[in-house]
Amino acid sequence: MQKYVSQIHRCFRCGYCKFPSDYSSFNCPSYRRFRFDSYSTGGRLWLIYAWLKGEIEWSEHLADVLYACTTCRNCSEQCPMKFAPDIVDWIVGARSDMVEKGRIPPRVARFFEAIYGYGNPFKQLRSDRAAWANGTRRYTRGDEYLLYVGCLGSYDENAQRMARDLVHILNASGVSFGILGEEEECCGNEVHMLGEAGLSQNLIEKNTQKFKELGVTKIITLCPHGYNTMKNMYPAAGGNFEVYHYTQIVNDLIKRSKTKPARTRAKVTYHDPCFLGRYNNIYDEPRHVLHSVAGIELVEMERNRKDAFCCGGGSGNFVNDLLAGSPDSPARIRAREAYETGADTLAVACPGCLTMLTDAVKAENLDDKLAVKDISQILKQALAG
Amino acid sequence: MMTVSALYDSLVKIVGKDFVSNRKEERYFYARDGGLMPPHEPDFVAMPNTAEEVQEIVKLANREKVPLVPKGSGLALTGLVIPQRGGIVLDMKRMDKIVEVNEKARYVVVEAGVTHGILKSYLQKHHPDLRHSLPDAPPVATVVANAVIHGQGRLSQQHGFNSDMVSGLEVVLPTGEVCRIGSCSVSPYWFSKGPPLPDLSGLFLGWFGTTGIITRLGLKLFPCKKMRDVMLFLTDKAELVPDIMLRLSHTEMVEDVVVSAQPLPLRFQGTFWLMAYITGDSDEELEFKRKMVWDALWEHFENRDVGYLSTSPDMKAPLMSMPSKDTCRFADVSKGGGFQYAGPITPIEKFPAFVRKLEEVAAKYNVFYASSTRLIGPGHCMMFSFSFSFNRANPDEMARAKKALDECSRFALEEGGVLWKADTYEQKLMMDRMDPNTLALMQKIKELLDPNGIMNPGNWEVK
Repeated sequence: MQKYVSQIHRCFRCGYCKFPSDYSSFNCPSYRRFRFDSYSTGGRLWLIYAWLKGEIEWSEHLADVLYACTTCRNCSEQCPMKFAPDIVDWIVGARSDMVEKGRIPPRVARFFEAIYGYGNPFKQLRSDRAAWANGTRRYTRGDEYLLYVGCLGSYDENAQRMARDLVHILNASGVSFGILGEEEECCGNEVHMLGEAGLSQNLIEKNTQKFKELGVTKIITLCPHGYNTMKNMYPAAGGNFEVYHYTQIVNDLIKRSKTKPARTRAKVTYHDPCFLGRYNNIYDEPRHVLHSVAGIELVEMERNRKDAFCCGGGSGNFVNDLLAGSPDSPARIRAREAYETGADTLAVACPGCLTMLTDAVKAENLDDKLAVKDISQILKQALAG
Repeated sequence: MMTVSALYDSLVKIVGKDFVSNRKEERYFYARDGGLMPPHEPDFVAMPNTAEEVQEIVKLANREKVPLVPKGSGLALTGLVIPQRGGIVLDMKRMDKIVEVNEKARYVVVEAGVTHGILKSYLQKHHPDLRHSLPDAPPVATVVANAVIHGQGRLSQQHGFNSDMVSGLEVVLPTGEVCRIGSCSVSPYWFSKGPPLPDLSGLFLGWFGTTGIITRLGLKLFPCKKMRDVMLFLTDKAELVPDIMLRLSHTEMVEDVVVSAQPLPLRFQGTFWLMAYITGDSDEELEFKRKMVWDALWEHFENRDVGYLSTSPDMKAPLMSMPSKDTCRFADVSKGGGFQYAGPITPIEKFPAFVRKLEEVAAKYNVFYASSTRLIGPGHCMMFSFSFSFNRANPDEMARAKKALDECSRFALEEGGVLWKADTYEQKLMMDRMDPNTLALMQKIKELLDPNGIMNPGNWEVK
């Protein structure tokens, strides 16, 4: 029996999970999108408990409610109860039960099929995994870092640019690194969050094994999702690597004067990715990088750091997009919030957020007023002078 | 009579398909609250966005004789928004606009779905010199629902029930007319819910949605001082607590007076913790108020009946937080996700008897208890909570908690109290002993306003 089964009744449905710390708005992406209490964390936990007790049957709608959670962890941050840190694990546990019974939303099933068949959720050929790389050198024993770009960085057009910009910065700073190219495999983070425990374990073990065989000791990830899983889940599979998100590395390069951004001119607001912020407490490094570029005026959105509003892309929703289709979709709300700061640039540090927010800015007809850029892109432009 | 699917289509036409559900999952969740009342499923959940949409739904429900239950966040815990006869639950939280803040007349007008948390945050940001009486309910509690149940809050010692602070209403009557109550019925200003007019707000406050659906509410705001502090006093003599409360309120220096009693953690056992909140715009003002409070209780200090507890910042932080997350944490004391309280409104002289009863009942039914008492008005009455936590995975413990609550409610009535946010059982207890002419008046009002009996049936139902 999974732990959640004996614990999940402890939710009192008090609703703190819906808010940021100052209660200024609703901060649960799926509740904000759908507004029925059933889509809040409390609603979800009560429905899971009802399902476990046999008071309600499985239905497509129940599965949709469960999978509309982006696992952004706002609920864990705000819940006043002692079990707060476990909430997302309970939801993932319930998803695992649905996966085992084969009763999941079709989009989620297709996500898994794509990972099984292609090693990425986009059904792109493995042989094209390094198409973005423009000759970036492969990792060889003795390189200081493995640069792990992940599925989005490998296949998504915007994220590929992000990966190339990072490679440019690392090369210009003399960092010793290489990539895996076609040999790279999905990191397993989204697969885990979507409840496919067997597949995520398989990916984690496979990657760990490969990294060990190659002699990898230090990893730079492009994506906070990969950072999260490698930092927090790989050790249990024996993968004790030093894992860094690229903003940590770049921040260090700037501090050591290995990278010297030139002056630019922009009013920038920064969107904290959930898997960097709430999951791993990395809030300062991305901001330090932006502050290091002379001429950047950094303004904060009302909801920032641990109160940042999720873009809606977590738990594979950058592909499955179960919260799309409305002005109340989280990414569109976040795009409007960014625009309200008066910024001309919305900076991100996650290829998932980059994809979600780029689309959202277009949907809001803000694309000529608000540019969505990854920090690597901003920095590369500054380096180019 | 419309078919279920025709009703669904009609609701979709009014609020849009994204905001109507007859799916099992929504019906399950909206069938219950966090308390102990048995669930009952609605046929539909709908989320209107405007008073006009509410009006259309009310007209539809009247035509089809379908029950309507307006709902905020369902935090009364006494089943007041459980649709006892099915029908349509109206989740009002999409009506979430803060319509107006009048700084000079010190009121705010909010739509029915505005939560206390959002209003608090809004005032802090945009009108930092003003505040409202925040209840200790979670921040998702709505301003309107709290007023409808005559909630209390942080300013109740000074200004009475939160419903006393209402300064106007917009109501969709059970027959579909939109009606303004108070100064806003003759003026653009929302400064009074009644005086100098006949006070019609009493037709809607305390009625649990059985006489209409409030779509807008004016609420009085009060000065927000720059500084705030809490003074914590301890006594092991329950019989002294009423006197202490009176002495504190006599100073007219105290914002809020709360007394807690609970057996665990052990440092609480056998003592009553009295919290007196003070505010000021300067250190001098706060210091003056501290001295006044200190002087008021000096005799008790000298007799060694009352002690002052110096508090560390860690200890003080949860006492100062608004709303207090500790209120909810009680639900997880037995790692079970549930608590409910009977909260009779009663003269403060009853405190010792109520405490004795609380301990007796908790022992009798083997349930974990806590109590938090709030002074309402300068000594006029108090809300004494008989709170019991329970494990939702343990039906036997739930049954014992319910029996304990029912016994406390009967006791409170016998002692001259009036039950707050009474569940249907408690409503019946009160109506059974109510002045028959009062009861007949209530019935006439209900029949007049709601001829088809569609509004939250099962509540305040005069047989």
